Amino acid sequence: MMILASQIVIGAADLCAAFLFMFGLKRMSSPATAPSGIRFAGVGMIAAVLASFLYLLTVEPAARPHMLVNIGLAVTALLIGGVGAWFVGRKVAVTAMPQMVAIYNGMGGGAAGSIAAVELFGGRAQGATQLVVTLLGGLIGAVSLSGSVIAWAKLDSVIKQPLRLKGQQFANMAVMLATLAVGGVILAAALGVGGLLLPTSTWIWIFFGLALLFGVLMTLPIGGADMPVVISVYNAFTGLAVGLEGFVLQNPALMIAGMVVGAAGLLLTVIMAKAMNRSISNVLFTNFGETAKAKPGAIQGSERPEEASDAAIKMRYASSVIIVPGYGLAAAHAQQKLFEFVKLLVAAKVSVKFAIHPVAGRMPGQMDVLLAEAGVPYDMIFQLDDINDDFATTDVALIIGANDVVNPAARTDKSSPIFGMPILNADKAKQVYVIKRGQGKGYSGIVNALFYSPNCNMVYGDAQAVLVKMIEAVRGLGAAAA
Amino acid sequence: MSLDITMTGFVALYIFMLAAFAGWVVIGNVPAILHTPLMSGSNFVHGIVVVGGLFALFNASTHLEQAIGFFAVLLGAGNAAGGYAVTDRMLAMFKTSDAKPKGAHAHGHAHVHHLKKKS
Repeated sequence: MMILASQIVIGAADLCAAFLFMFGLKRMSSPATAPSGIRFAGVGMIAAVLASFLYLLTVEPAARPHMLVNIGLAVTALLIGGVGAWFVGRKVAVTAMPQMVAIYNGMGGGAAGSIAAVELFGGRAQGATQLVVTLLGGLIGAVSLSGSVIAWAKLDSVIKQPLRLKGQQFANMAVMLATLAVGGVILAAALGVGGLLLPTSTWIWIFFGLALLFGVLMTLPIGGADMPVVISVYNAFTGLAVGLEGFVLQNPALMIAGMVVGAAGLLLTVIMAKAMNRSISNVLFTNFGETAKAKPGAIQGSERPEEASDAAIKMRYASSVIIVPGYGLAAAHAQQKLFEFVKLLVAAKVSVKFAIHPVAGRMPGQMDVLLAEAGVPYDMIFQLDDINDDFATTDVALIIGANDVVNPAARTDKSSPIFGMPILNADKAKQVYVIKRGQGKGYSGIVNALFYSPNCNMVYGDAQAVLVKMIEAVRGLGAAAA
Repeated sequence: MSLDITMTGFVALYIFMLAAFAGWVVIGNVPAILHTPLMSGSNFVHGIVVVGGLFALFNASTHLEQAIGFFAVLLGAGNAAGGYAVTDRMLAMFKTSDAKPKGAHAHGHAHVHHLKKKS
């Protein structure tokens, strides 16, 4: 009776969780309802976790003597993992969001991989289908774990340069094939066919070791600007791994949640790749930097610097300004100062809009979150397709720490590695100001023709310092008028 | 009567297919401005893996299984709690023009007055 009751409670809790996840994600389709969306999903999660303690009533006979220890371990792990991640997530700077998302995603992949490992070491997975799904989920989960850790290290500048070795693609392929072969050996052993040189448990260790290695090798060569794609891919991977392990454990909540996230991650990956006019495999398996050798001397003229204060005053007396933020804004932590400046412009009756490129920053939508943190209302923020026609009728386009997403070569120069990538038409504005650290090139190493065009002036310096000067200049003007 | 759910072969594939479709459609409607919270929100959702970790740990009977099960629950709990914390934080930041955060505006004005007095 107790067991039947516990099954009903677990089943109902998981069903509720699955429903609340879907409902919560649905509510995320508008900024107004989104905050309640995540709370609904949170309630579902708590219900599912609490109900899962009822699994204790139906544990395997072999595990019964260990029950108290296992409960202790479970509660300890929940507290350390949950409380630790909670506080880090609450405190971390908004500019560091991409690496936090990467690391939490990796944790999910690691958990899915670990579940697969327990099933394999315990010999619980029975039959070819279960074994194959367990191995596949374990493989994807492990790749997602190590790949996300590398992505985190890159985003957090622990690893500063993409690491590219000769023949790396060949090595990656070899490691992948070896992993699959070892998976085949484990499968054969569990089904009782084939002679083995090593005990199965050793093969399982090798399997996960190779999978982790593959995740590292696959992520190391990928450059910073491709991170939006990478993060989306690993999000999809972890979802897929969770869904597959859900099948192994016969838990529909895991299956549904995992697959929904897998599809969501895939969709975002496709959107990001499209925004760079590259295929997903192109991002993952070719090294962008190598193909991006710009021809020197193709561009006439020189970059013309301008004082921050002059640019600021010009914007103050313009009737319309469009701001194009890029990763440089996040790197300089200048979002607050930017909005302070924008408020001064708005107070002076200047029409100000923000134009966001889909791959600006290091993860999908990073610029939107950054601006939201500074207090920029979201009705001032426009996406590529909605604003691109407005540049032609705009007085000033202010580009802050963005480069490739406004490079007109993507429209005109067939030999350019970014040719065909949809860009923001900032060059069509009457006047363009570019806030930039120095005369360096963009991530892709491509010269930006926009910087040399007659309607463009450069304001050199750290974005935050430049914006402080701009604010002072406009304020000084107001005081003089009064 | 047994309430054991067994999903084998095609039933599992149907669930996967429908869930994938639902995910694609639901996420397809999310505007680009919310892509980061969406990503970390879906990140939180796959934190449900912690339930699988708990199941594995409760059924662990060797030290190795206990260690890996502990690791699974630890990571799964981190995924869920961290994913929730950052998503909730980010979503709270999105405001419209009508509902500007109070501090920001008042602060700007105070500065202007201050400067005026000086000059």
